[in-house]
Amino acid sequence: MEILKDRRNQIHRKGDEPGSITCEKASVAGSVSQRACVFCGSRVVLYPVADALHLVHGPIGCATYTWDIRGALSSGPELHRMSFSTDLNEMDVVYGAEQKLYHSLIELIDAYKPKAAFVYSTCIVGLIGDDVVSICKKVAAEKDIPVLPVEAPGFAGTKKDGYKIACDALLSLAGTANTDTISAKSINILGDFNIAGETWVIRDYYQRMGVNVVATVTGDGRVNDIQKMHGATLNVVQCSGSMTHLARSLKEKYNIPFIRVSYFGIEDTAAALYDVARFFGDDSMLARTKELVRQETQAIMPEIRRYARDLEGKKAAIYVGGAFKAFSLVRALRTLGMGTVLVGTQTGNPEDYEQLREICDPGTIIVDDANPLELCSFLKEQRCDVFIGGVKERALAYKLGLGFCDHNHERKEALAGFIGMRNFAREIHATIMSPIWKFVPRDNCEDSGNPS
Amino acid sequence: MLLRHTPEKITDRNSLTINPAKTCQPIGAMYAALGIHGCLPHSHGSQGCCAYHRSTLTRHYKEPVMAATSAFTEGSAVFGGQANLIEAFQNIFKIYNPDIIAVHTTCLSETIGDDVGQIVRAAHDDGKIPTGKHVIHCNTPSYVGSHVTGFSNMVKGMVNYFAESSGRRNGRINIIPGWVEPSDMREIRRLVKEMGINPIIFPDTSGVLDAPQTGKHIFYPKGGTTVSDLKNTGDSRFTIALGEVASKAAGEALTAKCQVPCHTLDLPIGLEATDRFIDMISKLACVEVPGSINEERGQLVDVITDMQQYLYGKKVALFGDPDQLISLTEFLISIDMRPTHIVTGTPYKGFEERIRSITKDVVPDINIKNGQCADMFLLHQWIKNDPVDLLIGNTYGKYIARDEDIPLIRFGFPIMDRIGHTYFPSVGYKGALRLLEKILSAFMDRQDRDSKEESFELVM
Repeated sequence: MEILKDRRNQIHRKGDEPGSITCEKASVAGSVSQRACVFCGSRVVLYPVADALHLVHGPIGCATYTWDIRGALSSGPELHRMSFSTDLNEMDVVYGAEQKLYHSLIELIDAYKPKAAFVYSTCIVGLIGDDVVSICKKVAAEKDIPVLPVEAPGFAGTKKDGYKIACDALLSLAGTANTDTISAKSINILGDFNIAGETWVIRDYYQRMGVNVVATVTGDGRVNDIQKMHGATLNVVQCSGSMTHLARSLKEKYNIPFIRVSYFGIEDTAAALYDVARFFGDDSMLARTKELVRQETQAIMPEIRRYARDLEGKKAAIYVGGAFKAFSLVRALRTLGMGTVLVGTQTGNPEDYEQLREICDPGTIIVDDANPLELCSFLKEQRCDVFIGGVKERALAYKLGLGFCDHNHERKEALAGFIGMRNFAREIHATIMSPIWKFVPRDNCEDSGNPS
Repeated sequence: MLLRHTPEKITDRNSLTINPAKTCQPIGAMYAALGIHGCLPHSHGSQGCCAYHRSTLTRHYKEPVMAATSAFTEGSAVFGGQANLIEAFQNIFKIYNPDIIAVHTTCLSETIGDDVGQIVRAAHDDGKIPTGKHVIHCNTPSYVGSHVTGFSNMVKGMVNYFAESSGRRNGRINIIPGWVEPSDMREIRRLVKEMGINPIIFPDTSGVLDAPQTGKHIFYPKGGTTVSDLKNTGDSRFTIALGEVASKAAGEALTAKCQVPCHTLDLPIGLEATDRFIDMISKLACVEVPGSINEERGQLVDVITDMQQYLYGKKVALFGDPDQLISLTEFLISIDMRPTHIVTGTPYKGFEERIRSITKDVVPDINIKNGQCADMFLLHQWIKNDPVDLLIGNTYGKYIARDEDIPLIRFGFPIMDRIGHTYFPSVGYKGALRLLEKILSAFMDRQDRDSKEESFELVM
């Protein structure tokens, strides 16, 4: 398979060569990239805030494609699951659509009485130059709720830049509500989006440890909690790709320290909880945490051992959005006796890839911003048994006759926490051991079929 | 959840769409382009568009969907996307090696004014497009029309770029199947072949988006209309364009370019529309309708006869794309059901008039909304005010179905939570039979579930 010259340094084989992998580059024109855009980045981060209004200012597509795609569950209000759009038409593009935006906002706020409104401006709005900021200000003043412009035209960078824009919107909400009742042993959970109810799993652990959770950002998120988040003592960041910027800003502005954790896999979940307990320096909390880890691990280990007996020596490939998730997956797979032979991300940074290189076995292919042709070729070369990725990778894996596990937006089972490890093991076992693979010829994968 | 967020009281809206019943042009162009053999669709805009369209098509077809992007950055938005597109051509032909690149624009590249036609010509002149390879394009600004318009534009692009007239008729007929499933395209081909005719169907996504599991990933599966067939469309005896919105523009372009007469018909969904399709071909091609097709028709009519008591007067709400809704409404009327609320987000001037003419004797007070602000929110409000027995539409209908506790039959695009649509046709008599079976099963499952113990019956 031919690899574009510009992309050669974005692929690395551990053990082959020293030097670092190139990343954080825009995809080359003409690539079949698995990446999305700035708007997408901002939308996926903010969308789980369930009692806010989310209005997409642009032509209809951007609203349709992000309508309830993420499975970000809410224990209360579900306003976030509606899809609101100004649905710009040709005339709007010619004459501007500020009035349309204004009226839409007024109409929606009157109808739904949301706690805040996020206004996402897409490619076209960035181009025609609607003054979204001033409309938001005007509506905020009239309706007395925060109305936050999320200026995220798709072309203005990568998905990661969209995360940053979303973090800035969240930061502008923080610090606007009273924090008197918040105890000293309190945290914000940053970077979990409650896909398949994962925020609930994590929140429950902290509550059992005696930690007060102020805001969950943004899974099962509420505006008022976010407004109070500056009152927490510690920020615990899971999805580092999306939330490190917010954690840093909260540190600068409110002097709240943060730690990076992961809730995927037994080791990482336990480490996360211990890190938090140690941070508070409370022996009884540490004791409770130990007990929690013991109980939870004991509850899942027999089942996991059963799966691991079948999975020993099987090989996995990972292609996910953020790098932190990839680290955890490599470790979680080891728990199952499995090796990782290909690992890639859409948005990793140099330190991420360095760390991946350290934890992976020799021979592992590490790749940044891969395209399907490369993925196929590496999957074939590495003779994988399972592919862990997102929606566009699923069909690819199945076509190649491999098992698949969604670790992105389409999770149906929570994969976070101890119970998440059990679910993950079960899913990996189910897919790798499926009898269907007996009926699929596996050895003749081709890089591509030539046309005609 | 929508229950709480959809008030019964209907207020006038003119600036806001809630829960859209449409999406934007480029995805339609991408789907159409996948119906050409050896074609890689290319999205000229930011990365996100391409990713969203691929994800949505993947969710609907459960197949890997390949398409490239110009990957616009701020620089391209300011200075124009020409450099990106030319670079893309070179990279694509080098790495992915398609026979054809089918470029569609996005709202971004349209607004900055990229002239894709000119860029393609320049690339040709500069030798950036290898010999024997092709680049075609169409314009699909997202703020005009809908996904169906984008489909129509790309099909017209196929005519613009490929159709040739050699002066000799080739004895074949063209069929532009409209936005339907791979299964439907297969079924249309089967029916026409049954009549002894070898058609050119374009686009044809069968064999591309319903490819079998072989353990291989074939970048360009064996299906799709070939370039030589697309060229030959200019020599065919006539064209049948199915669906005014999705197919007419291409059919007329072919008439203008190569003088191939075009007849636009409704999509052959349901009894009468299929009759018209079969009769038209029989008449124009001077072929008898074979007994096998009459037998299929007879079976459909037989089942309707057997089951009429379960269909009589049942109210149904519909949403989707205009071409599909027109034929579907006619079918529902013909089986004695009552289409009550109909919504399509795709703007099409003739829509309301067509639906009213089909329903006027049976449902004179039907609710119809088309184009601006015709969305799922309004449909839900209508249903709340005037409940129905059945909802027919794509996956997005499941919110309403759950809230209102009415059965949903998945039909149209996208269907992301069920399978079957890619394999079992909705067109032709067989397709009508399948739709009928689904409708009856929905009602009968419901009756079995809801009936009291004393009225629960074995035989229905």
